[in-house]
Amino acid sequence: MKANPRDVFTGTYYIDGDVAAAYGALAAGCKFLGGYPITPSTEAAEAFARKAPYVGAQFIQMEDELGSIASVLGASWSGKKSMTITSGPGYSLMMENIGLGAAMEIPFVIINIQRSGPSTGVPTSTGQADIMQSKWGANGDYEVIALAPESPQESFDFAIKAFNLAERYRVPVMFMADECVGHMTEKVVIPDASEIEVEPRRFYQGKKEEYIPYRRDQDLVPPIVKAGDGYHLYITGLTHDERGYPLLDHRSLPKIEKAKVIHKKSTNPYLVDKIRKNKDEIIEMQEDHLEDAEVVIVSYGITSRVAYRAFEQARQEGIKVGMLRLITVWPFPDDRIAELAKKVKGFVVPEINYGQIVFEVDRCSHGKANTILVPHGGASVHKPDDILGAIKKIVKDNKKYEQVIEYTTTLEKTIFKGSLTEKIKK
Amino acid sequence: MEAIITQQEAKRHPMDNLLRMDRMPHIWCPGCGIGNAVSAFADALDKLEYNLDKLCVVSGIGCTGRVAGYIKVDSFHTTHGRAIPFATGIKLGNPDIKVVVISGDGDLVSIGGNHFVHAARRNIDLTVICVNNFIYAMTGGQVAPTTPTPAYTTTSPFGNFENPSNVPQLAEAAGAVYVARWTALHMRRLTYSIVDALKKPGFSVVEVISPCAMYYSRINKLGDGLDMMKFYYDHSIIKHGEPTDHLEIDYQKEIIVGKFVDRERPTYSESMGKWFED
Repeated sequence: MKANPRDVFTGTYYIDGDVAAAYGALAAGCKFLGGYPITPSTEAAEAFARKAPYVGAQFIQMEDELGSIASVLGASWSGKKSMTITSGPGYSLMMENIGLGAAMEIPFVIINIQRSGPSTGVPTSTGQADIMQSKWGANGDYEVIALAPESPQESFDFAIKAFNLAERYRVPVMFMADECVGHMTEKVVIPDASEIEVEPRRFYQGKKEEYIPYRRDQDLVPPIVKAGDGYHLYITGLTHDERGYPLLDHRSLPKIEKAKVIHKKSTNPYLVDKIRKNKDEIIEMQEDHLEDAEVVIVSYGITSRVAYRAFEQARQEGIKVGMLRLITVWPFPDDRIAELAKKVKGFVVPEINYGQIVFEVDRCSHGKANTILVPHGGASVHKPDDILGAIKKIVKDNKKYEQVIEYTTTLEKTIFKGSLTEKIKK
Repeated sequence: MEAIITQQEAKRHPMDNLLRMDRMPHIWCPGCGIGNAVSAFADALDKLEYNLDKLCVVSGIGCTGRVAGYIKVDSFHTTHGRAIPFATGIKLGNPDIKVVVISGDGDLVSIGGNHFVHAARRNIDLTVICVNNFIYAMTGGQVAPTTPTPAYTTTSPFGNFENPSNVPQLAEAAGAVYVARWTALHMRRLTYSIVDALKKPGFSVVEVISPCAMYYSRINKLGDGLDMMKFYYDHSIIKHGEPTDHLEIDYQKEIIVGKFVDRERPTYSESMGKWFED
């Protein structure tokens, strides 16, 4: 389906990533934003609030992030494409209802403009340390999709992508931008509505009497209905069966029988399976010069732009480097990394944290290649020289497999006269 | 001929079309008052002849949180304390739906207190039925924000010394347009009060004082559900229009019930509609 021309502000703009994300969401057909102000994400909510009345969308500033996310879940059940916008501490507050959203299989988008943490951290500066939280934040087992844009243009494009994925798989989608992308002002081209592909909500088409809320299609995703249409839904955050009824009616059974019933009837396995089994359709990445690469840089978000500089320098110096940029951070491209690990000397993983995705890369390489982390404590971005240094270290050392190696950045050299780990050891 | 009812019809519960009979028996203990609140609510729906397709019930967590599962309308059993913002989302997403929040005192006033206050301030068009049993019953009888001094609970083993919440006063101060309180004994009055609250545009609150025979009564040696009902019969005083600051509930003293607030304020949707009219 094409986007509605009313929702698309076609034109060429000079805007920041936050604003571009809001415009992207509107173009995707988002009609509800429940938010709470938090630096550095406020520009997105402000842009949405300015445009909302013109496109029939609604913005409400809730009393806190707990309320924002709950209102988003409610609005999504009322049939509106919905999202919330937040950053670090607000994102932490939302975790409980992300779990509810995953359990109820509600399509919605969370725009998280990541800042330095933990806690209040440095609100106005960048970070990439919420990546693991986006996957594992709420209690219990579930899968989400996470996207990482690297520019304001991608902010716009990925906001649309995020909604499309959310509607397609009935899953919470995390839009994991970082403050740098959020506050970076660049040229953004918003195309004509006829060029924007939008996934409509997959409403149930069959007979009303035959509707079963969690009966799945071939692709493991159940079609959805909306409140107020006479389906008399019962939707709960309790572990439920196909009908949406809680699996507690078997409490009189002995424990082992109860476990069997729950295992057989619960919808829980599908919360992970619908993503894992469809991951080939979901996963997107950008590859560059991987054919002859000896070293591969794995990066995402703003870090990939810094990494490109290092990549070019290394190529000029004759080092065979390749780039793998994660567009969907979750689900993680396990198979592709495993495949590359067989033929390369190592991976360089720069990220603005002290190691999160690097362990995923190490896990997927199955001990076939070394992985080197270029850490960064936040508040700014990497120096390309550090990434280049890490590339050279892999080539020069050419060691047998060892666990994740931590590269000593120039910042650490100047401050600690060595790596932080070495400093502690001393 | 019409007077003859078939055996099948005789077996039907009069509230069959309003309740999910396939989920019965319910989880509530004997002597509990939540069922009374549900009956009164179902009866109110019956009296209003609402289109049940356009009605949503949202609950939080706790004993009363389970109400959503037994009423045969679109019903949502959400996370602890978040019933009101979830309901706000539904209401704003589709203003044609009548949204009712039925939850307990712990869910609405303690963990969801902030949402309660702000939904009342905005005057979102919601009806909130707060079943107040003075205790966290689902988790085994812990002290609640409404537990009177000096009642015993499992986490106030030496008696509760905290000041309890006064739900009607909180609702009025925050901006609710309709506030009433009844006990689980006052079925007819409660039903009519819920009818009034449902009809009233804006944020309306009905508090239902309910016996918890399994925890509150047992720990405090107040007898069973019937004894609590007798207590309500002896100690509740109907005082319509009583100033809400007089409505604090002392331990085993009189309980003032009635309709306390019924006023006009523009709802959120009305204010918004007016604002963007031109």
